Amino acid sequence: MEETFDVAIVGAGPAGISAACLLAEKGVKTIVLERGEYPGAKNISGGVLYGHDLARIIPDYEGKNCPIERNIIEARLWFLSRDGGYSLAYRDRIFTGAKKFNSFTVGRAKFDRWFAEQARAKGALVVCGTVVTDLLRDIHQRVEGVRTDRADGDIRAKVILLADGINSPLAAKTGFRPEPKPHQVALAVKEVVELSEGVIQERFNVGPGNGVTTEILGQATQGMNGVAVIYTNRKSLSLCIGANLSDLARYKIRPYELMESFKEHPMVAPLIAGGKPTEYMAHWIAEGGYEAIPQLCGDGFLIAGDSAMLFNTLHREGSNLAMTSGRLAAEAILEALKNGDFSRNGLQGYISRLQNSYILKDLKKYRNFGRFLETHPELFTSLPEWASQAAREMITVNGVSKKVKQKIIWNQLRKEIPLLRLLRILWGGWRSVK
Amino acid sequence: MSMKVEDKLFLDRFRVEGESHLRIVDGSLCGRECPDQPCLYFCPANVYRLEKDRISVAYEGCLECGSCRIACPHLNIEWRFPLGGYGISHKFG
Repeated sequence: MEETFDVAIVGAGPAGISAACLLAEKGVKTIVLERGEYPGAKNISGGVLYGHDLARIIPDYEGKNCPIERNIIEARLWFLSRDGGYSLAYRDRIFTGAKKFNSFTVGRAKFDRWFAEQARAKGALVVCGTVVTDLLRDIHQRVEGVRTDRADGDIRAKVILLADGINSPLAAKTGFRPEPKPHQVALAVKEVVELSEGVIQERFNVGPGNGVTTEILGQATQGMNGVAVIYTNRKSLSLCIGANLSDLARYKIRPYELMESFKEHPMVAPLIAGGKPTEYMAHWIAEGGYEAIPQLCGDGFLIAGDSAMLFNTLHREGSNLAMTSGRLAAEAILEALKNGDFSRNGLQGYISRLQNSYILKDLKKYRNFGRFLETHPELFTSLPEWASQAAREMITVNGVSKKVKQKIIWNQLRKEIPLLRLLRILWGGWRSVK
Repeated sequence: MSMKVEDKLFLDRFRVEGESHLRIVDGSLCGRECPDQPCLYFCPANVYRLEKDRISVAYEGCLECGSCRIACPHLNIEWRFPLGGYGISHKFG
């Protein structure tokens, strides 16, 4: 099927499809190659998408039956110890009004399929069940096409957009970006637990169509650098838990057992009681931050989304970065097509656009955050345990004076973490996010 | 009651390729030079299992995360994607 396209896109995820929509709209001959049986078949995220970034691609996504699970009206943050934990929540009327769909949950198997349909409707060719196994280069090493696992499956294009996600054997093989090191990714497992709509609304105190996100730090990851989340879908909950891959290897904790003990935590168990697990998946999360971002374009190619390691660890944002980087890549490609220059120089517009967008500004701002988590294991061990003990002590009524209780708490803290170390954690934490 | 990994994988939809997309390059190295054998633990699908003196590869339930490719201490695992359309297909995602 050797055929020439203007643009070949590897991967029908949010980055690739965003670019495909905008390119096809402008009449650019675009092909998207997806290895799954259908777009979304291989994709997973916690499940939150952001209306702002999607609207830049499909302004009327709501009217076009975007498969939204629940509009998020409340964000919760938990800090867990082994047996208890703190909860902080923020809810606002604005998220059912003017800022409706600021964020919403989706199941990626449904959403990505819908999103790819939009690209098809605009004229892009989306081909599924096709693995890109290599890049084709000319004698000057300029990328000029892709090789697929289909018979006669070479496809030539003026520009290749690599949007094949974080796990990329193609990257490992061709070196378009370095293979991540174990400490640069978190391995997360996800379980979808089915519950009735009414039960979810009751348990999370929301009305029909509305939902809650819960981000969970502390000991849920059993001392490893990681997080867990619980997101509400229409008729299910998404439970995810993940930890730095090098920690998982070192601690010898099995991800599925980690998930099971998370599900038994006293703050989690009542939320999922009576629920029926319906799917179990695993995926990496890019945790390398700003330093791990590869060279974003070269002669004949660009890299977007997870493939470019664009992920904001602190705010758990990734799918929006994928969509917007895909959009910016499309803009740069349009420029290159106009000028007929597909060299690294001709595609540079992509980099300046990323630099001027929130994407690289945010990742640069938090460039030290990952390192901060990595080097302060107390955040996942003694600190949550101590914080829980403190609350337990102050809440328990047992005839002991509050002054004595405060002393007990303080002594416990001094025993667990030296004062200087505690100050370092506070100072380092603030500096890594300021 | 705690759910076993086999039961979790049973929930998923797989189209299994005839040939494994995962391969331990040098099987003898695992016993000889890899005392920790972390693949037995971090793999979310329990693909790698110790059988007497060797590690078996149950690729059929692979969730395609890629972890074994980069976290094998000896980079002793050859890894490709299953053929187009094969492997896991997410229902909800």
